[in-house]
Amino acid sequence: MKYALYTGCVAKGAGRELLAATNVACAKLGIELVEMTAAACCGAGVISEDNPMLADILNARTFAQAEEMGLPIMNICTTCQGVHRKAQIKLKKDPAYLERVNKELKEQTGLEYKGTVKVRHFYEVLLEEYGLDKLKSKITRPLNGYKVAAFYGCYAMRPHEYSDLQNPDNPDELEKIIIALGATPIDYAERLKCCGFPILMMNKTNAMKLTGNALIGAKGAGADAVVTPCPLCHLNLDAYQPEVENMNDVELKLPVLHIPQLVALALGASYEELRLKTHIVRPPAEIAG
Amino acid sequence: MSKVTFRIFRFDPANDPTPRYQEYEMPLEPGITLLNCLNKIKAEKDATLTYRMSCGSAICGSCAVRANGHAILSCKTQASELVKDGVIQLDPLGNTSVIRDLAVDLEPFWASIRKVKPWLMPDATDNPEKERLQSQEDYLKIDHATTCIMCGACWSDCNVLEVDKKFIGPAALAKAQRFIYDTRDVKTIDRLEEISEPHGVWDCTHCGECSTRCPTDARPLGRIEEIKQAAMAEGVHGNSGARHVLAFRETVGKRGLLDENYVPVRSVGFLNIPGLLGLMPVGLRMLWRGKNPPVIPHSVDKVEEVKKIYSRSEEFRK
Ligand code: SF4
Ligand code: SF4
Ligand code: FES
Repeated sequence: MKYALYTGCVAKGAGRELLAATNVACAKLGIELVEMTAAACCGAGVISEDNPMLADILNARTFAQAEEMGLPIMNICTTCQGVHRKAQIKLKKDPAYLERVNKELKEQTGLEYKGTVKVRHFYEVLLEEYGLDKLKSKITRPLNGYKVAAFYGCYAMRPHEYSDLQNPDNPDELEKIIIALGATPIDYAERLKCCGFPILMMNKTNAMKLTGNALIGAKGAGADAVVTPCPLCHLNLDAYQPEVENMNDVELKLPVLHIPQLVALALGASYEELRLKTHIVRPPAEIAG
Repeated sequence: MSKVTFRIFRFDPANDPTPRYQEYEMPLEPGITLLNCLNKIKAEKDATLTYRMSCGSAICGSCAVRANGHAILSCKTQASELVKDGVIQLDPLGNTSVIRDLAVDLEPFWASIRKVKPWLMPDATDNPEKERLQSQEDYLKIDHATTCIMCGACWSDCNVLEVDKKFIGPAALAKAQRFIYDTRDVKTIDRLEEISEPHGVWDCTHCGECSTRCPTDARPLGRIEEIKQAAMAEGVHGNSGARHVLAFRETVGKRGLLDENYVPVRSVGFLNIPGLLGLMPVGLRMLWRGKNPPVIPHSVDKVEEVKKIYSRSEEFRK
């Protein structure tokens, strides 16, 4: 199994622990990764608020690069995954537009997007391609008794037509992985809500309320940790947790893990390898003990 | 026909201390809509059950409720699609207060629509003898938004409204797009400026609930993106939302990746001292943990390709 790894910006910037954990988890699973070092930002739904065609061309370039490599793309960010799927669906639906995008792409880079590349998030690869049975066979440190609250991130689910989840109104993909790892999934009301990250710069109060509701909900339901497939949710849930605590006058200290970190923990990875000490809320050392 | 349990929210604020759920069992006839199930329950089992309906044909917008936690139009939804473990749970629309059972007070919703001045403001000096004509191409720009039936499903499930009652909300934003993009309207810039104010278009967090729940083609999140595109194109940039887009676009054009140190600072505004101080605690915290983004941001390989694509940006707007 071999994938073109699309890191996205956060795993190269403020969330470098995510890239480290992905590499560790995939090495242990026997999934080979080739990092797409020339791929640009997906636009995160922000560039398209100004210039949608610019965003589509940047994404078509990424897809064409993977097609040249002859590999499917693995994403490690729900936002990148949602934006990529939206771009693919838009380009597929409108052949005249695809032609225009490809003409620009060819003139500026020599590349052409053929529309064949498959794009999936790390956790979707585990479920659809790798298989939970095989994953279970690799576990050396089952996370027994660990109560984990999944936080999906909007782009994984909505709008529905860009989601690859089986039931985007009530998904259970992350819970299936949590169970496979030996841990216990926790249900809570905010599981499928927005973390507020997109409005952090525009309305911090609202962003902190949304993040706070999710953290307080997960903690109230008895979670030992939150796990998310989106590093933007992670930034809000982890890096801003002290703000949330102040604003809501609560103590949370709820560790937030990236999904590859949770998987790698069950595969026996160390605290250092997963860079858990770079988290604002550091998970207890026993978790990797 | 197997029986289904309808678990329905009941509340009469004038007489009941708290809301409760009441269960009604009924076999589902093949092809029956949720609205017809409610009508049957009311006719055959409990005349006190209260809900709104009129057209029965997905036109009037009055019959939206929450089924299993998500807003739907009950006359447009097959009851069989909603059954979960033999049960359909019905609640009133979210982000509202209950008048009785499934009927809610929609006045705040209507007030949000009025705020965007939902009427055409044409050139006052131009007095055509007949109507103001519109080309098919121009009409298509507002075709989606005009299909809104004011059902409130988007309002019900909007994540921002859950934490901020002052947010303008998705239906009003879809309505605003309808007039901003109407080529016969001359108040485009005024409208864009008003909608860019606090609690307006830039407060939407892209949760996608509105477009997912919308029973028509109005699909507010798509309209919200179009309003932002118009604001960017018309130079309505004096707010943190537009500055964030500009900063984001700029850094990706230079390096192919986002510069996470620069974007927050430019979005908050270089001269906004309290705003910049507000960024400090998290910045220091991340620095302390070794989590801060690299100070000299990294560029992608073949970044010249990205720059070449960027150099054509203006062409792409045509
Ligand atoms: S996308 Fe924006 S307007 Fe639509 S429901 Fe979410 S926050 Fe509300
Ligand atoms: S935008 Fe869609 S969901 Fe919202 S009120 Fe209009 S029709 Fe209903
Ligand atoms: S009853 Fe009119 S829209 Fe459903």
